Amino acid sequence: MTAPPSPLLRPPRVLVLGVGHACRGDDAVGLVVAQRLQEAPLDGVTVTPTAGEGTALLALWHDTDAVVLVDAMCAGARPGTLRRFAVGTEPLPALCSGVSTHAFGVAEAIALARALRQLPPVLVVYGVEGETFETGAGLSAAVAAVVPQVVAQVRQEVLTLTARSTLHDLPPAGHAPSAR
Amino acid sequence: MNTRRTIKVDSLARVEGEGALSVRIRGDRVVDVQLKIFEPPRFFEALLRGRAYREAPDMTARICGICPVAYQMSAVHAMEDACGIRVDGPLRALRRLLYCGEWIASHTLHVYMLHAPDFLGYADAIQMARDLPEVVQRGLQLKKVGNAIVALLGGREIHPINVRVGGFYKVPTRRDLAPLAERLTWARAAALETVRWVATLSYPKFEQDYEFVALRHPNEYPFNEGRLVSNKGLDIAIHEYETHVVEAHVAHSHALQAVLKDRGAYLVGPLARYNLNFDRLSPLAQEAARQAGLGPVCRNPFQSILVRSVEILYACDEALRLLASYEPPEHPAVALVPRAATGYGCTEAPRGLLYHRYTLDEAGTILDAKIVPPTSQNQKRIEQDLAHFVAQALALPQEQLTWQCEQVIRNYDPCISCATHFLRLHVAREDA
Repeated sequence: MTAPPSPLLRPPRVLVLGVGHACRGDDAVGLVVAQRLQEAPLDGVTVTPTAGEGTALLALWHDTDAVVLVDAMCAGARPGTLRRFAVGTEPLPALCSGVSTHAFGVAEAIALARALRQLPPVLVVYGVEGETFETGAGLSAAVAAVVPQVVAQVRQEVLTLTARSTLHDLPPAGHAPSAR
Repeated sequence: MNTRRTIKVDSLARVEGEGALSVRIRGDRVVDVQLKIFEPPRFFEALLRGRAYREAPDMTARICGICPVAYQMSAVHAMEDACGIRVDGPLRALRRLLYCGEWIASHTLHVYMLHAPDFLGYADAIQMARDLPEVVQRGLQLKKVGNAIVALLGGREIHPINVRVGGFYKVPTRRDLAPLAERLTWARAAALETVRWVATLSYPKFEQDYEFVALRHPNEYPFNEGRLVSNKGLDIAIHEYETHVVEAHVAHSHALQAVLKDRGAYLVGPLARYNLNFDRLSPLAQEAARQAGLGPVCRNPFQSILVRSVEILYACDEALRLLASYEPPEHPAVALVPRAATGYGCTEAPRGLLYHRYTLDEAGTILDAKIVPPTSQNQKRIEQDLAHFVAQALALPQEQLTWQCEQVIRNYDPCISCATHFLRLHVAREDA
């Protein structure tokens, strides 16, 4: 049933999703990154800020060739730590968007999409370790400081993706496409 | 031997918000049931004081990401009541249409993603999706149609921004709404399939003598208007709510528990609406309910999933009816002048009655606000269901008993975020 990998006859549709809640401290980092990316649009790339409700994510990445998702995480790392996960080649560790009380978030959306065989051909998740998720707190200094780097890295990632004629040769998991 | 057991779930899954359950059993007797809600209180009522009347719909919508439309609807109706205006015609129809969208999205999320896995023995919808991908797919598509209605009328899917006291900021043309009709025609067929699929699930035998409370309207299945009625003789106007319902604080919960004065716990939500308004459902929804084995009265809370699926079907059917007869209003909103008064609003959120009361000064500043969400009203009743259910299910092994206790709670699709303004379970059986 699975068709063999074939070259794309058109430019790939690349979607960047900035996930978060504007009023919950570092949870807003995905939205802030999306906003910065929107300030200098890239050809063939759609940038969408979203609250990250799971079923909405599935709908958003339907019919895309590649998705780069940016979200806050609480993985116990140093605040501001940036991690990259190539979903599909490695399981996503428990990401935490910090504030969602809803049963269905980013990690569940990815697991459900995998079960339904609806993962986009390429899905890369950038997680930024948050420090505070307090109501009305704004970004912490540690997270605010890493925003330019996240923006640059996501930009480089999508440039690499849009330049491709086939999307079956992902860089190895955890390997960022640009120099740190 | 006199045995004591404790059923304990420290974090209830597949509910909205943070909560826990503790059941203590001594021998064959349930000695204590506590539904603990520890989602922090959010003080919305105090936050509203000093704000303008027109801010209430958007502020209260923030209480819940699943049922923001319900908050907006109860808020605008209360404000319009205070200001002495009525919103009729196409604006009223658009409000009903918006509510249909929220019911479809919210109910479908609960039926497919949160509740069905219980009946089929899956830990969650993700596991269910591996075995039943086409079923889960149908649920996701159906939910999307509900979201599409909310997005189109409300400006966006979550926390819509187009609702105002008196009507809307902008109303759609017939052409704007046209794409919805085709999607809703598919959705209505999918909803019918949903009722048929849900009817194949097996339900634990469990019936309770509930006092059901819901809105009742002379000729509609209720969304926005009607009298508050029960199957045990309650029949009051919305403004009389607080003379009949009292809220009490209990130590184990951050949410107030509402009870009927001198009568006790009552039930709101799909079961209550269905039992009190079966005759107001569309012929298609009635017929589907009958074919699914539901009579006009259903007292088994485990069948709430079936009633919810009938309501999804009704909402699709009603939305199509509203679309077909829609003519855009001349103005997107009815003009109003605030006045010093108290206004009352009560509408049917997906989970049941949502009551708002506001007192305004002559400039329209909110002096006092009261909000009673459905889960606060059902809290006491959920505890009673648990006590009765556990008493008849003591022979079950601990793991299964705990699972079914969680299921009892999920029968109510509780929105704990709303009630406080996450759930843990504890069933204790101890040796004496």
